[in-house]
Amino acid sequence: MNFQRLHIDKSLFYALLVLAGLSVLAVYSASGKELSVAISHSMRLLLGFAVMLGVAQVRPEIFERWSPYLFIVGLMLLVAVLVVGTIGKGAQRWLHFGIVTFQPSEIMKLALPMMLAWYLARADLPPTLFRLIVGFIIAAVPSAFIAKQPDLGTAALVFAAGAFTLFLAGMRWKIIILVFSAIAAAMPVVWNFMHGYQRHRILTLLNPEADPLGSGYHTIQSMIAVGSGGFYGKGWLNSSQAHLEYLPEAATDFIFAVFAEEFGLIGSLILLALYLFIALRAMLIAFYAQDAYSRLLAGGLALIFFFSFFVNIGMVVGILPIVGVPLPVMSYGGTSIVTVMSAFGILMSIQTHRRIVEQ
Amino acid sequence: MRLSVAGGIMLVLTLLLALRLSYLQVLSHTHFAMLSQANRIRPLPIPPPRGLILDRNGVVLASSYPVYTLEIVPEQVDDMKDLLKDLGKLVTITDSDLKQFNKQLRERPRFESLMLRTQLTDEEAARIAVQRPYLQGVELQARLQRHYPLGGLAVHALGYVGRINEAELERIDKSAYRGMRHIGKLGLEAAYEAPLLGKVGFEKVETNAHGRSLRNIERVAPVAGKILRLNLDAKLQALIEETLGKRRGAVIALDPRTGGVLAFVSTPTYDPNRFVNGIDPTTYRSLLDNPDKPLINRALNGQYSPGSTIKTFLGLAALETDQQKFDYRHQVVCPGFFTLPGSVHQFRDWKKNGHGMVSLREAIQQSCDIYFYRLAVTIGPDAIKEFLQPFGFGAKTGVDINGESEGILPSPAWKEARKQKWYPGETVVMGIGQGQLIVTPLQLADAMSAIANNGVRPKPRLVHAIEDAKTKAQRIVEPEFCPELPLKNKIHLSQLTEYLTAVAHTQQGTAYGIGYNAPYKIAGKTGTAQVKSVAQGQTYNENMVPERFRDHALFISFAPANDPQVAVSVIVENGGHGGSAAAPIARKVMDYVILGKITATSPAAPGATLDNDE
Repeated sequence: MNFQRLHIDKSLFYALLVLAGLSVLAVYSASGKELSVAISHSMRLLLGFAVMLGVAQVRPEIFERWSPYLFIVGLMLLVAVLVVGTIGKGAQRWLHFGIVTFQPSEIMKLALPMMLAWYLARADLPPTLFRLIVGFIIAAVPSAFIAKQPDLGTAALVFAAGAFTLFLAGMRWKIIILVFSAIAAAMPVVWNFMHGYQRHRILTLLNPEADPLGSGYHTIQSMIAVGSGGFYGKGWLNSSQAHLEYLPEAATDFIFAVFAEEFGLIGSLILLALYLFIALRAMLIAFYAQDAYSRLLAGGLALIFFFSFFVNIGMVVGILPIVGVPLPVMSYGGTSIVTVMSAFGILMSIQTHRRIVEQ
Repeated sequence: MRLSVAGGIMLVLTLLLALRLSYLQVLSHTHFAMLSQANRIRPLPIPPPRGLILDRNGVVLASSYPVYTLEIVPEQVDDMKDLLKDLGKLVTITDSDLKQFNKQLRERPRFESLMLRTQLTDEEAARIAVQRPYLQGVELQARLQRHYPLGGLAVHALGYVGRINEAELERIDKSAYRGMRHIGKLGLEAAYEAPLLGKVGFEKVETNAHGRSLRNIERVAPVAGKILRLNLDAKLQALIEETLGKRRGAVIALDPRTGGVLAFVSTPTYDPNRFVNGIDPTTYRSLLDNPDKPLINRALNGQYSPGSTIKTFLGLAALETDQQKFDYRHQVVCPGFFTLPGSVHQFRDWKKNGHGMVSLREAIQQSCDIYFYRLAVTIGPDAIKEFLQPFGFGAKTGVDINGESEGILPSPAWKEARKQKWYPGETVVMGIGQGQLIVTPLQLADAMSAIANNGVRPKPRLVHAIEDAKTKAQRIVEPEFCPELPLKNKIHLSQLTEYLTAVAHTQQGTAYGIGYNAPYKIAGKTGTAQVKSVAQGQTYNENMVPERFRDHALFISFAPANDPQVAVSVIVENGGHGGSAAAPIARKVMDYVILGKITATSPAAPGATLDNDE
């Protein structure tokens, strides 16, 4: 098979294939051996791969041209979500279009890095201070909308991706240190704006036993799952934590806990290595990219992927608060799979179209 | 360079995760393995009983009581059709139960227990309990169910609880709702969700390897939800709802001194109990399609022209206006029509041949339109808006339930913002409360309270106190007030009250029918709001117009005039005249509050013309 002609990056493709295979095993076990859940997860993965291959055929210039429009559409959808949410009087992350339902915040995970790459690549790098400030605003606006839904986990993720794209564009270290101190100083303000339950989650991270029935319960149960797995694990389909329903959201946000319980340290380290490999491979694509836009976009996408799995696993092993961010590709739930796979489609497009130009 | 830094950060952070994993899975493995074994002990939530809602005399308006429910966990069932057939032989399962169940079956996860029937009789519950070993996946649960013992009474104030839906699930703190399936959806149930909810308790239960409970180890009792004690009087509420009967309308009774809502009526009502476990689509459709629109909260959201009741407030404006500009002491000729300079259009008075010479007192007493056309044109729309604003028109009253409408207080600037032109005629009709001016019954009662309470408008409060279910400690909801009306001279308030008293207590008054035999003084104003406009040169004949297009009848009032205890607004949709259709209802309310008695409809006043007004 000629991967190059099909615009497929071979190592990414195989790594994702392995990951998808593992995820079907994990979801089947975590759902309580529910075949229908495993099948529907497989169907979504299949759709994800199809979307990835489709996106990979599109030339990077076309992404560049459409970046601002996608961003604006994404912003409008976020506003729409907030407006609909006000009418419904509650948190709304979803938009309903007839039979299709999706989360506009997921689109932002793609649209924001694209927009920033487009904006920054229009002038020489490294960007001027003015362009950096505008870049920050571009990143802050959608993040604020998402935080308002409220979905703090995704908001932080989207903002971090934006900030790192700016970093890749060549922000000076002095400014970086300044920004970090500003963020540290803003923490008490953020704390004030948080919902009660969000504060609660952060506090229970420090002392999970304080709330054994609430969010502390999640952390305790998930740590028990991981820890009791030991070095070799309890074996596939033997996660007692998930099957006795001690572990909440076993098939979605806490899928890694089930995996770690069943496959032990060996399995978790292999999975971690696989994720790291994919993230680094994406970084390498950024490294080889020929123009500024492709490089910034590939780097931004690589980082957002990295932080998605870092935050999720960090939450499962009890070093980050429970924010409800799914583990990319592994977690059951269709919305994020399509956006994650589209991101890989873009990465493959950047990688493969480059070589054709060279020839 | 930057890319390698980013790659480095990735490596370091991943290493951090790897270290944490090694710590958990190798160094602490024994500890967690033990915990995992000990995880035979699981906490089970005990939902708290939701707080009661009581009226001012302790009458129960909303309570929770335990019911047996029949539930099914789909993933444990081999053949659902068969099971449902078997269950149908043991208990009655209606088509609507089945419809509801199938809807959940499609929407909810298969491991969740879904309700098939609620409120099983003891006999039915016993039959299920006996057969349970043979019914795989069937559960018999004792759950607390919300119940509104008085049915539709005050439903528009109480609201109801319903099943927690997807959007709410995203918003709420799930740990606070463990073991619970209901949440306040509307009215007080939604606005006071937090105190009503209570705190979930839990018991630690030892289970066997299959998760079946063996024995209880520890129990933390739930904390019952707080009791809401309302200002509302259920007896008064019932009296008004009965009096309105099949008519559409709204009645608000406030204590002007505190803003306490004594009655909050919107008719027709509907039964909130049908919403608790998800209303079946047929019933819901029929409520939606009902031409009387029972689901609309007319008291809170009704969009009505105030009609002549607005003359109450414009009358005060006349007293307050600079006497150089408009002198209320002068008499105005009322020939029965009014024209703007340079126009032939005739704005008519409700009384064809006019009222002759009228002063402000007579203009209010007899509801003369011409006087107020002239007043409105003289002081202009901006001054009218300025004056009406402090009464709360065009803004929320701040009542303690959600979803209140603001109504519309129009002005040339307001129209300009909508790219529309302000026509001189709009100023004219504003004088008699027609045109774009839109108010809610709650706003009218609250505005009337401002006059009754010496210029200080209270914010309406349905809840009087929030009481702890166990300690009975009460937290009184303190009355809140708006800034005092900016009046030049407070004497004008008593002067206006005297004119309003003339409406009900003098023979020419438009509400003499309810005032002539009242043992206390009533200050009020009738109103009739046009639903369909009458063309130039035509007369309106009630009997010729289909009911839906007949005028709305209004009456706003307070009593006793010298020491107000209650302010009432009444709107009867398509009721005809304010004096004959709306005022008698207000009289009943005032008799109840002031005299403590329920009166029969008062006989017609001697010589009173009940078909008065506009």
